[in-house]
Order: sequence, then structure tokens, then C-alpha cells
Amino acid sequence: MAAKYIGQGVNRLDAHDKAIGRIKYTDDMCDKGALIIRVLHSTVANGIVKKIDTTEAEKIPGVVRVFTCFDLEEKHYYPTAGHPWSTDPAHQDIADRLIMTDHPLFYGDDIGAVVAEDEVAAARAIRALEKSVEYEELPFVLDAQEAMKEGAPLLHEKFPGNVLAHTEIHQGNVAEAIKEPGLTKVEGWYETQPVQHCHIENFICFAYGEGDRITIVTSTQIPHIVRRVIGQATGMDWGKFRVIKPYVGGGFGNKQDVLYEPLCAWICMQLGGRLVKLDVPREETFICNRIRHAIKYHITSWMRPDGTFAARTIKAWCNNGAYSSHGHAIAAKGLNAFPQLYPCDNIDGETWTVYTNRSVAGAMRGYGMPQASYAFECHAEDCARAMKMDPLEFRRQNLMPVGYYHAFSKNELYTDTFNQCFDKGAEIIGYYDKVKKYANQTGDIRRGIAVSTFWYNTAVYPIALETSSCRLVMNQDGSVQFQLGETEIGQGADTAAAQMIADTLGIPLDMVHPVSCQDTDITPFGTGVYASRGTYTLGFSVKQTALLLKQKVLEAAHQFTRMPVFNLDLVDGEIIRTTDGRKLMTIGELALEKLYTTDGSQHLTAESTYQIKSNAYSFGCCFAEVEVDIPMCRVRLLNIVNVHDCGQVINPTLAAGQVHGGQSMAIGYALSEKLLWDEKTGRPLNNNLLDYKMSSFMDHPRLNAAFVENYEPTSAYGTKGLGEPPACPVAPAIRNAIGAATGLYINELPLSPHTLFREFTDAGLINDSFAEEKKEG
Amino acid sequence: MYDIGTLYQAETVEHACRLLLEHPEAQVLAGGSDVLVQIREGRRAGKDFVDIYMLDELRGVSIDDEENIRIGSLTSFSHITKDPIIQKYINVLGEAVDMVGGPQIRAIGTIGGNTCNGVTSADSASTLMAWDAVMEVTGTEGVRRVPIKDWYIKAKQVDLRAGEIQTAILIPKESYENCFGHYIKYSMRNALDIATTGCSVNVRLSDDKSTFERVRIGYGVASPVPVRAPSAEEFINGKEITGENIKLFSEMVLEDINPRDSWRAGRALRRHISVVMADRAIRECVRLAGGEVHE
Repeated sequence: MAAKYIGQGVNRLDAHDKAIGRIKYTDDMCDKGALIIRVLHSTVANGIVKKIDTTEAEKIPGVVRVFTCFDLEEKHYYPTAGHPWSTDPAHQDIADRLIMTDHPLFYGDDIGAVVAEDEVAAARAIRALEKSVEYEELPFVLDAQEAMKEGAPLLHEKFPGNVLAHTEIHQGNVAEAIKEPGLTKVEGWYETQPVQHCHIENFICFAYGEGDRITIVTSTQIPHIVRRVIGQATGMDWGKFRVIKPYVGGGFGNKQDVLYEPLCAWICMQLGGRLVKLDVPREETFICNRIRHAIKYHITSWMRPDGTFAARTIKAWCNNGAYSSHGHAIAAKGLNAFPQLYPCDNIDGETWTVYTNRSVAGAMRGYGMPQASYAFECHAEDCARAMKMDPLEFRRQNLMPVGYYHAFSKNELYTDTFNQCFDKGAEIIGYYDKVKKYANQTGDIRRGIAVSTFWYNTAVYPIALETSSCRLVMNQDGSVQFQLGETEIGQGADTAAAQMIADTLGIPLDMVHPVSCQDTDITPFGTGVYASRGTYTLGFSVKQTALLLKQKVLEAAHQFTRMPVFNLDLVDGEIIRTTDGRKLMTIGELALEKLYTTDGSQHLTAESTYQIKSNAYSFGCCFAEVEVDIPMCRVRLLNIVNVHDCGQVINPTLAAGQVHGGQSMAIGYALSEKLLWDEKTGRPLNNNLLDYKMSSFMDHPRLNAAFVENYEPTSAYGTKGLGEPPACPVAPAIRNAIGAATGLYINELPLSPHTLFREFTDAGLINDSFAEEKKEG
Repeated sequence: MYDIGTLYQAETVEHACRLLLEHPEAQVLAGGSDVLVQIREGRRAGKDFVDIYMLDELRGVSIDDEENIRIGSLTSFSHITKDPIIQKYINVLGEAVDMVGGPQIRAIGTIGGNTCNGVTSADSASTLMAWDAVMEVTGTEGVRRVPIKDWYIKAKQVDLRAGEIQTAILIPKESYENCFGHYIKYSMRNALDIATTGCSVNVRLSDDKSTFERVRIGYGVASPVPVRAPSAEEFINGKEITGENIKLFSEMVLEDINPRDSWRAGRALRRHISVVMADRAIRECVRLAGGEVHE
């Protein structure tokens, strides 16, 4: 198997159709006659719905039906996380959602729905209904640590203190270790903010009846999981539902949750299977889908004079919002990474996932690691500074060493990835020269450069099931269609899979066609795409299935050429006799003959499932160079370089695209994005793309992506995760660069003008002749 | 799909005025970049509109008989930025409106809409304040002119009476002749944003470029409506171009502005930035005018 396509930056297979606007997304597939659903959301942060008067809404022309929480006769609580199901009840996700609830737990919770003939009538009905809901308002709590205090409003009775889960890690003996003479104690609080995914295509789905079943077309990462959860939410057999996933305009983890598919399916059933569409407006996407967890950390390290760690502790409080969604998985991931990234013999750690009356936090690119990386890498910088060590050398000395083995996940660091990435990044950005050049600056405008790294792994083994299935079907001309449970959501999974199939099977890439649209009636079972696993996991089933098909092809070739199978190969679409290299027939000739032969006709197909029992570290780093305009309280990002070791790069163009996207997302995370709620009412304040300051193209420098390619030995094609890692190290690199420029190392996000103004004022960096006024700011 | 009551299509300015009188509840629709958003939000849902967007006589930039620069009210932001008259005489206005939204908004949004919606954050407003613009308003009774200092009545309300539309914005010769300007938009990102605060300075130096002959400074989002800073202007006029004078001028703007405190930005931040912007904008004007600041 020569690698002809793997490693090449071939055009993504859907590029042309996307460029000319021919690709069909969910909304494009919906018949224009669909009835329109709008969801009625709570306008209190915690309360009991006493009554909803639907009279006025029902009078509005074009309104077909109004549903309220009181219409839900059977209460089927369901989980929403896009996790593989576990048949062990102890490992199942918390089922705490209802399709509509009479006890809204956050501003924006779902308490009813309107069905109308068009968007205008639906919007009018929602405005009328909002005025006619009677609530018994209850006290609410927005902050995780406040929610844990005695007397705080309790969201879910089964979870005293609002603690969804609390876990600890211990190794060695911290109490003893810190008695070692000569230690320097470094301590810090680090706080990250809630943000939203802001994928271009908002969540949307539509449903219609066919026979005695309901079909749901939805913009999701996880069609097979969606089918299961609709079954759970409606109390019906899972096979009663068919879920179809067209092209998706971005998911970033928000669509790794089941969002409004159960409500849409339920309404469709109430209306006798009529076509209904639920297209979530951007304002609701911000607060009624999922958001990134805000996490607060306290980290302490005791450093020896040589800059090594004697002992370390970490505590983290993770604000989960009003419902479980992904539960404790996000907080736990960060906690488990802590002792791995900077190993130390003596570590104590604990973390809490806490319910609050805010929008529900769930999966978002990085799954807790952008937050944890911020805390870890701010703290690493603080430790290096305390020990007066160069921050990069400090990391080289203390990071996970080559050969490190993690017993639980069985992950191993096989190569000197960290140093290779640092060396490459430092060279590209000119790190060492700029550190010298920017030392000891004065004046209003100053520059700084810094580095940060992160911990990541690829897939979800051994925490959850890893399974991948692939089907290959050969056409008369020898071209193939492939189907996978791993969904194309813009990341390029189809293209990467096609490159693998072309190489393994031995046919030209243009003869490999994705069936991009997953359909639970047709597509082999798979759990979708999440974590950073797609290219890694699909590789196993793709390789296994392509080899199965190749064996069938070679057996057919034997039939037509009389040559022994072990002397045959399929190379670049030709059947080759390996002993002399002679081309015996083309794959097209073979496929046609095999299908139409009157002696043993066969449809050449292969299908197989591979259960993956491995995982792989995926590391890298980010260098950031900034210019800080101190009087203007502004940061300009001048230069950013991410270097990643994702093993064998399947497609360098698409891989660079992944890195650029992650950097872009993280630039907003670092400098401008933050969801806000009114402390007095619990009402979201900035749930729109104007007031929520997602970074724009004009806020980006040129984005630089580079790779170190250490072939991953556990992987079918040497590849490992790249989807999420690029978003992890950027914010701390920017924070550390601002620190290098100004001497101020700020422990919260975002590093917006609001934050910088406060910090610069407190530090006396900006003219304080109007200090009296400024204190309020 | 937009929730619009009745849309009346105006064929001439006079027709537009008549439609507004006949349908007093109807609101004016120009480019729609604000109005459509507000319809979607529900704030203007179901309202009737008089659409003036097809009135081509309200588009374009010219110099009129009085040597005013005349900007038709429906002239788009992108048109203004690229217009040779603007570039020659009041380039700062082209730069300011080039900071509105993104390319699509600038292609559809109009300077008339930007000034008639009465918002303090309008990117054109602080420059028009600093250039003492005059609003030309047409009604069924005829045309009247409103100096910009009288135009803004309060937030979101301007001096437009029943049956009137704004038809042009005039920049008097004495505002642009030998004048150099600079606008600073302070926002939380570099595109697709509304100003957190903004400042536009208009400077004319003495012939020997040793003193500030006349300085005007306009602010957006420093008060409920766009404002000038008269105390600071009075101080600096006739003064030598020194760092010390500029510092005093910049700090003096605080006597004239009154920014609000909101979750979007604190009052203290806005006050601080207002001073920094004044300093930087006037220095840039001096540079453009060929002068030099003596530190």
C-alpha cells in the first residue's frame, strides 16, 4: 500500500459544491410548506409556571397550535449528552430534561411552543404568549461557588448543594512534601468565562411522518445518538424514528448534544405527522443550546530551587448551568490532565461540577481543556517567573517526559513531541530574538512574546465506547461509495476518509465517493464525531473494510486472470501481477465483469465494525506576539504560531484549516468573548452577535499552523486528534505575552479593554488623574 | 420573512412627504440596515413604512452654489468613502463611515439613516458635529436647514417634523477649507461593531503652523446624543502647538462629556478613553496639517 493520497493537500471533496452554493443543508432540504415551530422560553431564571393563557396567541391569524408545558401528559426525563449509550445504568448520563417544563431553571428554559403557518405568525404568537405566562418566581443563583453554599436555591433535589459531581485525585503525600526546606510557594486563582460556539448554521431540524414512523432531519454531529434520545424523550421504541443528517454548517460540540429534536418529533406526532420545522434564531442559540463551562481554578505549587515541583494542589469549580448535559465529564477531564502535563510525585486535586440557574454548559471544542490550559499555563508562567527561569526552558524541564505512560488510559508519550514543537514554533516566530528585543520596554505601546502548551488526547477510550463502522459499495466502473458513522461537519472527515480508502484499496481518489448524508435507516451504526476522534476512529474501520473489499476484488481477479490471489495487487485502479508488475485488467473491467458474469455474479461490497481500544496523546504549543496599547487598554495580536503533533497528517491543507479555525475561536476567547447575565434578574444580556464580541477577521493576524509528524503507533494511519487541540493553548499564550509586554499577568478571561482598564488602573500603568471616576469602571 | 404592515413606495421626495402625512404612523425606510433588524427583534414588528430608497435624487456628493459640500441623504457609506469630493475635502468622513459594520452594511446603509435614527454611536455623527454640518430637511411646506447642534433633541429623536424627511447633509466651506481631521472609533473589535465611544477632531492651523487657529472636537457615545466639547475647544483655540496644551485640552473634554455607565462599558473606561482619543486625534490632525507638536 503506497501512500499516494495520504499526506497530500487534495481539495476537499465538497469544495466545489460548497463554493457554488449547491450543497444542501437542513433548511435547504425542507419543503417550503412546513409549519413553523417557535419555542416559548422562560423569562425568569427560576420559577414555577402557574398558568399560560393561550387565548390571545391562538387568535393570531396563521397560528395552528399552541403547546404548553401542561400539555405534556407523560413525563419522560431524558439525557442530552452525545455520549455513546451505556447499558450499565451506573454509567448512563443524567436524565434531567423534559421536552417542556413547568419548572424553568434558567432564563430561556423551554416552557411551551407555537406552531404556525409562517415565521411572522409564530413570532407574533410568542410575543403574545410571553405576556400571558404567570410565574411563581423563586430565588436563583448564577455563580458556582455561591450555589454550593448552604441556603442557596436548590435546582435538582437529587443533588444536594447543587453539586452534580465531585471527584478527587491524590498521589504521594502533599502535607509531607511541602516540609522540604527551601521551597518556593506559588499560588494563583484563574478564572475563565462562559462563551458560545457561534457556528454559522444555527441549530435547525424538521420532522415528518412516514407510515407509523417519524423522520427527523437535523443539523447534528451525532445522528444515531439523536435517534436513541428521541426514543427516550418520547417513551417510544428507538426504531420508530429515523434521523437524517445533511451537510452541517459547524457544530463545535454544541451539536454533540441532543437539542430540539425531541420537541420537534413530539410536536410532529401531536399533529398527525405533519411537516414541522424548528429553526432556532441566533439569540436563542446563544442561551437555549449549550455554552462553554466557566471554570474557576485555584492552583498552588511548591517549587524547589532548581525549578522542579515538590508538590502541587488544584481545586476547580465548574459552572454547569441548569441541566446536566455532559455532566462531570468536562471538569473531570481537566482534573485528570493536571498530574499528566507537569508530573509531580505529590499532588492533591479536586473538582466540583455545579448546577446554577444559567444556560446549560455542554461540549465545546476542547471539552474543558481551553479552560484548564488557561489555568495550567498561566500558573506555569507564574512558577517560571517566581523561579526567575526562562518560561520556555521551565516548560522543557518540567513537562511530561518522553516514555511517560498513563496507566488508566494506556496513553504513552512515544516521542519528544513537546521539544520538537517548541523548537519549530520558536524558529518560525523568532522567539529567542524577540524575547531579548522586547526586554525592558517603556512607553505607552509595548510588545511581548510568549508560549504556552496544553494536554490533549484523541478519543474517548477507555471512558466510553469507541466503535466505528464502514460500508463500501463498488459500482460497475470500479468506483466506490463509502458510508461512515463519523459525520462530515465541515472539518473534512469525508475527504480524509476518501484519501485513506483510495490508498488502501488502490484506486484513484476520484473513484471514491462519500455518502455524506448520514441516515440512521441506511448508514452503518456510529456515534458521530466529537472529541478529536473522527480521523483516528474512522481510520480503523476504513482500513479494515477497504482490506476486506480488496480481498474480494483480488479473488474476483483470480477468477478472471487465473493468477493466484497472493500474486495479485490492486494499484491505482489496475490489477497488477506483483511478480512481474504486468497490468492484467483495470478495476473497471473487473467490477463490470464480476457484476454481469453468468458464472458467479457478485455485487462487490464490504462492511465491518471496528471497536477501538486505544487512545493517543495529541500535543503541541502556541507562540503569541502582542502589542499592548496601554493608554487605550487594547491588545493587538501581531503574530500567532501553533505547532501540533497530530501524527501523520492526512491532508495538510485541511489540517492547517483546523488549526486556523481553532486559533480564530481562541482569539475571541482570549480577548473579547464573554456571555453576560444580569445579576439582578438572571436575564442574559448579550445573546446576539453584536453585543457578544466574537473576534472578526479584522482582529486576526495571519494565522500560522505548523506540524511535527510523529507517526502514531496505535493508529490505523498514524494519525491522531487535531480537531480541538488548536483551541487550547492560545488564550494562555496571549495572556503570557501581555504579561511579558507590561509586567501584568492577568488571571481572568477575556483580556478585553474592560479587564485591562481595571488592571492597568490598579497597577498605576495608566494616568490616574481621574482615578476617582475610574474606580467604578 | 419580515413582519411589515404596509409598505408605501415613494416616487418623489414630495410624494414621500405626502405619504408620511397621510399615514402618520408610518416610519421612513431607507437602506433598512437598522430598521429590518428592529422589525426582526419585534421593536418595529408589524409597522407601516414609507420606503424612500428608490429616490435617486437623494444620492450623490456635490459642491453646491454656496460651496457647501452637499451629501444626498441616501448616499451609502461605501459611496462616501470612495467619493473624490469627500476624499479631497473631508477625507475623515469617508474614513469614519468606512468603520461602520461590514462591507454589506456599508453598501446598503445611508448617511441619512445614520443621522436620522438619532443614536449617539453613529460613526458619521461625531465628524459631522466637528464639521458643523447642516441638515437639509424637506417637507410639503418646503425646505429648511437645521444646524447639527440643534438636530439632536434627545436619544433617538431628531428635529424632523410630521411629513418631513432629511434630503441632504451640507458641510459649509468654512468647516472644510484648510481643515484636517481625524476620527478614532473605540470599539471592542475591529469590524462589525458599534462604537463604545468615538471622537472626531477638526483642526485648522495658523498660516505659519505655529498655533491652533480653530479646533473642533465631536464625540459619540459620550452623552445621550453626539456632542462637542466647547470648553476644550475654547481653551486650545489660538494656543501654541505644544504637548502641554494638548494634554490640557484632552483632559478638559471631561468637562463637556457625560458618558453612561452600562454593562456594555463602564463610565470610567469611557471617560478615560475619551481623553486618550482627544490627545491622539488632535496630534494626528497636526501631522496631517503639516504642523509639529513641540513637547
